Amino acid sequence: MLASDVLVAQNVGFAIIAAIMVVGALRVVTTKNVVHAALWLVVVLAGAAAQYVLLAAEFVAITQVMVYIGAVMVLFLFGTMLTRARIGAEQDLNNKNWFIGLPIAVLLLATMLMALNDGFKAEKLPVDAPVVTTQQVSDQIFGAYLLPFWALSFVLLAAAIGAIVLARRD
Amino acid sequence: MLLNEFLMLGAVLFCIGVYGVIVRKNAVLVLMSIELILNSVNINLLAFSLRNNSVDGHTFALYVIAVAAAEVGVGLAMVLLMYRNRRSVGLDELSEMKG
Repeated sequence: MLASDVLVAQNVGFAIIAAIMVVGALRVVTTKNVVHAALWLVVVLAGAAAQYVLLAAEFVAITQVMVYIGAVMVLFLFGTMLTRARIGAEQDLNNKNWFIGLPIAVLLLATMLMALNDGFKAEKLPVDAPVVTTQQVSDQIFGAYLLPFWALSFVLLAAAIGAIVLARRD
Repeated sequence: MLLNEFLMLGAVLFCIGVYGVIVRKNAVLVLMSIELILNSVNINLLAFSLRNNSVDGHTFALYVIAVAAAEVGVGLAMVLLMYRNRRSVGLDELSEMKG
């Protein structure tokens, strides 16, 4: 009885957060103001962090908040400020033939939803799954997936050096 | 919770991101749409990780977050360079590779 109540609460929470995320994502791709798009993207990323908590992934959720909402959004806002003199609404943000995008996105969505509906009809996620601890995640990263971790370190180093070299005035 | 709820949320976000990549002309907005796509991938990875009771999905989600951060850094540096050279961030103006 208690477990089913918790499950209902989880479902309600999922539905509310998912609706907020979809609305935010639609505003990101339709708004006429670049700064507003960045702020709506914050809503989507925070909702994604909440979904990660629902999926028992607390370390990934915290990382999402710190890296995306903390660092990437600041980068986006800096990029907007540096490449744009004014901050108001603009008319010239979309391509000339933007209407091609709509049928492509709708067809892609219909195909994916049909495939998912066929594949995982009403499969339930485990209700009483234990929360994945930070220790387990770090055991994975520094154990079985050490080589990708090294490769990723070099990717980040190359990206940092590349960004400095590209953006430097000489 | 159903597995399909999360997968369908991921699919919807992915398609919105694809729509943004196709429709937008401003380079910063295209980068934001790519962030939407990468986030939908992360939701799928974590949902399957919970379903299969494994930790691998968490590891890959963290790697995706790190790669996305690197991509945004380099991407915004390129946008900045483009703005400095031609005072505009419209992607349709980069047509010099056309013969």
